[in-house]
Amino acid sequence: MTDSLSKSERIQAGLAKRYRAEKRFRLYGIVAIAVAVSFLAVMLTAIGVRGVGAFQQTHVALTVTFDEQHIQDNDWQGIVKAAMRETFPDVGNRRDKRALYKLMSSGAGFDLQNMYRDDASLAGQVRTIWLPSSDDIDMLMKGAIDRNAPEDDRRVTDQEISWVDQWLANDAIELQFNTRLFTSGDSREPELAGILGAFMGSLLSLSVCFLLSFPLGIMTAVYLEEFAPKNKWTDLIEVNINNLAAVPSIVFGLLGLAVFLNFFMLPRSAPVVGGMVLALMTLPTIIIAARAALRAVPPSIREAAFGMGASQVQTVLHHVLPLAMPGMLTGTIIGMAQALGESAPLLMIGMVAFIVDIPASFVDPATALPVQIYLWADSPERAFSERTAAAIIVLVGFLIVMNLVAVILRRRFEQRW
Amino acid sequence: MYVTPARRAKKAVETVIKGILIASSTVAILTTAGIVASLLFEALRFFGEIPMTDFLFGVEWSPQTAIRADQVGASGSFGAVPLFAGTLLISAIALLVATPVGLFAAIYLAEYAHASVRNWVKPILEILAGIPTVVYGFFAALVVAPWLRGTGEAVGLDVSSESALAAGLVMGIMITPLISSLSDDVINAVPQAMRDGSFGLGATKSETIRNVVLPAALPGIMGGLLLAASRAIGETMIVVMAAGLAANLTANPLQAVTTVTVQIVTLLTGDQEFDSAKTLAAFALGLMLFVTTLVLNVIALHIVKKYREQYD
Repeated sequence: MTDSLSKSERIQAGLAKRYRAEKRFRLYGIVAIAVAVSFLAVMLTAIGVRGVGAFQQTHVALTVTFDEQHIQDNDWQGIVKAAMRETFPDVGNRRDKRALYKLMSSGAGFDLQNMYRDDASLAGQVRTIWLPSSDDIDMLMKGAIDRNAPEDDRRVTDQEISWVDQWLANDAIELQFNTRLFTSGDSREPELAGILGAFMGSLLSLSVCFLLSFPLGIMTAVYLEEFAPKNKWTDLIEVNINNLAAVPSIVFGLLGLAVFLNFFMLPRSAPVVGGMVLALMTLPTIIIAARAALRAVPPSIREAAFGMGASQVQTVLHHVLPLAMPGMLTGTIIGMAQALGESAPLLMIGMVAFIVDIPASFVDPATALPVQIYLWADSPERAFSERTAAAIIVLVGFLIVMNLVAVILRRRFEQRW
Repeated sequence: MYVTPARRAKKAVETVIKGILIASSTVAILTTAGIVASLLFEALRFFGEIPMTDFLFGVEWSPQTAIRADQVGASGSFGAVPLFAGTLLISAIALLVATPVGLFAAIYLAEYAHASVRNWVKPILEILAGIPTVVYGFFAALVVAPWLRGTGEAVGLDVSSESALAAGLVMGIMITPLISSLSDDVINAVPQAMRDGSFGLGATKSETIRNVVLPAALPGIMGGLLLAASRAIGETMIVVMAAGLAANLTANPLQAVTTVTVQIVTLLTGDQEFDSAKTLAAFALGLMLFVTTLVLNVIALHIVKKYREQYD
């Protein structure tokens, strides 16, 4: 009796320990999920906080005179400089003047030039216009440069701050929505740099990628699921596709460099080559998704079609493919989203150059949105890091939209047989 | 009038369509062939100039090509061991982070979590998988690396601003969803009868998971880990942005190391003539990368497939 009692006591004592172990084990799981989720939260907040500032840009109200002489000399920045001298008439020596001119962006002159091009009657007129400031002043206005730091430690001098304060007192300087970010290409000056060029590059590459990978992927999937006999050859294709899905993306870039650029002599940095490389990369994703969609179509559909005298091709084209299409489209959108975020293979084929012009055709030199992020992330200016984060916000925004469309498509057309 | 046995339009059309389908399915084969051919061809040219043993076993990597022919150190040295070591170091850190996090997350989601929790957490983990790697790279270089450096300074450690630890940590989070979703699948594939048997013997849930479910799912989990390792080895943007450029043979995660992918990118971006040993070296590195990841993938897919058959 005593023996069995001590045994149950032992079990009792062990039980508490076992329950503690149980709780601990459960806690590990919660901690693991918390780590992953909080990392995501920290990353997105850090980037969001950094990037949100770039959607605004400091502008200064300058009273400029479109005088004939400057227009004739095509010296638009000269008009800006003259306006600056008028705003701060007591700035005397050359060095101070040069510092004064540096308050404004070198793009201010282009703004004036564009205004004049649109409306030639401006010649000789005096106007008050909001023009972009330089990136250092922009950073000062956004509080990224500490006014209380010793003068040598910050990128703006006390004198420059005093000029900005004069503007502030007159309400002549303010943060305005940064349209340039969405309407211009890359630039060495952060305040002039925009993502439109990179966005167009991505758009052009993705169109090529879609036009190649969507039909090819679906045809391959249809062949493998509906037509292919089970033999060595189709086994080989299957193994191939599964392996290609796991090949590092940079290897596709090496393929593009060696085959498309050096062998077929296609142009460097062109969206058409980028699209081709991305198409090869997304092909496995699309094939695998399309095959799953085809497999989900029940055999009864096919048998009914065969029973009505349809041929194999008719059965597939008229009945199986339409039913599998939503699933295939979902897979394709997810593949495209992957391609949109991919940058490593594009680095290999030269889509990583500094390109100011906005690409208009498939053979113009271009970059892509993620590559632009990579390029800007390398720039030392604080204003560029802000723009990098803003570009990431735009990119992630696009990815979220694409994935949401895929989810909605799946929910809407999902059929249970 | 149009339908005569002699025309057999249907048969002709079917044959043509089938031909097109077969042709498109060969693109996958052609891609692999293209990768192997281009990598092998350029790598062989590289090994024509630099002996293969120097490349595989050399411990000094400084691929500068000389501007003048008589310049000192004109040939450059192409010992790739520091690159392999750096790649392994960063991948190992990534796996050390991702394996516990991914595995425990998968166990919790598969065995403990309510359906409502699952429905929320799984998509969030999928977001992690969907974020472009360039974003991770930016975060690693701009937030994680300076933070590690600052923390290191505070406790008196000298942490490089391009430390392997920063790149590895962030890469670990990147591959976590890969491990968790694959493990989730295999854990769910373990038959309920096995759990019920264990519960019937009086085991607690965690004892069941540790002693019954995990051993049964182990091959599948191993397959998932191998796939994750291959992803980590081939990952480019995080290391390009957050790891170092200079070759450094060290096992210290606080120092800067460089990786195979970083060197491929630095060798091939910018303008240079295509025939130099420097650019060809990138293809030799690419070949190494391709072969390594291919072997890992083949083993992983084989294990996962075999495991699936076991319970089907």
